[in-house]
Amino acid sequence: MASFMLIARDVPQDFADVSPEDMQRIIEKYVAWGNKLEEAGKKRAGNKLRDGEGRVLRGNSGKLAVTDGPFSETKEVIGGYWLIDAADYDEAIELSRDCPHIEYGASLEIREVEQG
Amino acid sequence: MSGQHVEVSGLVDHLFRRKSGQMVSILTRILGPANLDAAEESVQEALLRALQTWPTNGVPANPGGWLMRVARNAAVERVRRQTRFAEKITELETFDVPTGDDTAAGLDGPIRDDELRMLLLCCHPLLPREARGALTLKTVGGFSVDEIARAFFSKKTTVAQRLVRAKRLLREQAVPFELPEGDDLLGRIESGLEVLYLMFNEGYAAHHGDDLVRSELCQEAIRLTTLLAQHPKAALPEVHALLSLMLLQASRLPARLDEDGALVLLSDQDRRKWDRGMITAGFRSLERACTGSRQTEYHLQAGIAAVHAAAMSYEETDWNQVLLLYDRLIEANGSPVVALNRAVAVAQIEGPAAGIQIARRIEDHPAMRDYYLLPATMGAFFVRLSEWEVAAAYFDRAIPLPCSDPEKRFLQKQRRYCDARKRTQSTI
Repeated sequence: MASFMLIARDVPQDFADVSPEDMQRIIEKYVAWGNKLEEAGKKRAGNKLRDGEGRVLRGNSGKLAVTDGPFSETKEVIGGYWLIDAADYDEAIELSRDCPHIEYGASLEIREVEQG
Repeated sequence: MSGQHVEVSGLVDHLFRRKSGQMVSILTRILGPANLDAAEESVQEALLRALQTWPTNGVPANPGGWLMRVARNAAVERVRRQTRFAEKITELETFDVPTGDDTAAGLDGPIRDDELRMLLLCCHPLLPREARGALTLKTVGGFSVDEIARAFFSKKTTVAQRLVRAKRLLREQAVPFELPEGDDLLGRIESGLEVLYLMFNEGYAAHHGDDLVRSELCQEAIRLTTLLAQHPKAALPEVHALLSLMLLQASRLPARLDEDGALVLLSDQDRRKWDRGMITAGFRSLERACTGSRQTEYHLQAGIAAVHAAAMSYEETDWNQVLLLYDRLIEANGSPVVALNRAVAVAQIEGPAAGIQIARRIEDHPAMRDYYLLPATMGAFFVRLSEWEVAAAYFDRAIPLPCSDPEKRFLQKQRRYCDARKRTQSTI
């Protein structure tokens, strides 16, 4: 079985108007999705990445350059990731299709993990 | 009320809303009512962190405690940045985040005290009447501005302005975060009951089947009144009376709309759908309410609701008892709305003509001008007398007046019924 990384790209948005009740509902949707994968034995891990503290390392003719970002040219930032098991990309897409992340307007990047 | 239950997500129903009320209360106690904004912002920050972290990391073992800890830390950060808060930091850092039991039912004494103080602060007589309910829902109830606006049929900007002004008043008048004593406490509880009564009625009166916020308004009013009723210092007879009234009224909610969302009158409701648990709790509260010597309007209204709840059918209702209670209610509060309800009881006992006679006396009352229930009730009286034309004219007057959609549809149905009967009459 192959492993896939679902990289969650977040678009920073304003949550000032989202009520506590709605926030809870959003979280519950994610949890329900995660539980489904877990019950099917497909979910390996999931983690949020810390906001705004990353470093970018670049080799520059033998010197190491360390910068604070930006990490990419777009507004999107990588917010977190999930690691899942799937036979191939088709199954990985199928399992990710109903991830609430997509419903809320952000995107998921799916990448197969190279097996040793 | 249905018991708290933990969803598969590991989150208790309304956890975020409840915890945000509790956390705002605790932080407001420590930071002072003048800094209510800072308390709210710290709590908002905690909720947001949960929203960003839990989807990938999963829900922590004690979500309520997690939220409290993060809100506390957010407040500490805020205080560090502002030297005027300097003396608060020790108190913030030493405040114990409860561990273990995470349900709202597992509230311990100090938190309950803070929520009660917060509730009484929001209902402070110093604040404009129209702001009290909104501030209560926002801070103790954990409702958003948008939800409050939907609940009260007001504009978002209006609600937001009311909240800003109310908070400014709290700041300017340096209102303390305290549990008042003696007569002060009585006055504050009275004001609190008024707010909760209005909140409940707002949720109950115009019940839209498709808008959850409105039934949640009833639930929240019941929860906060229960908070008062369970607090040794606030559990006055009138508090139990209001709680009883709310429970008995809310017990009928499941029977008030049919499958198509059409309004079902008390006389036609399927009484098996009434919530028995709520009725039992309502009667228990009524018993507790009848311990003192004072008889408030809440007592009388709860009494009327109890007579209805006890009746096996509409016909078997003890209308004499209902009328007796309305007579006393009129003495206490001569409002035309009470008089109209009394007319219905009289009509049940002496016939529709007697009801019409009483209702006619308040027809010209200025408060009744836009009140759809007056012409609607008159129409119903004339239907019972088979005076279809007069009845139809009354329904025509009622239909354009402000009321909820199910109510409007109900009136239109009645109007069509009058027409149909009139036609069969003329063909005979």
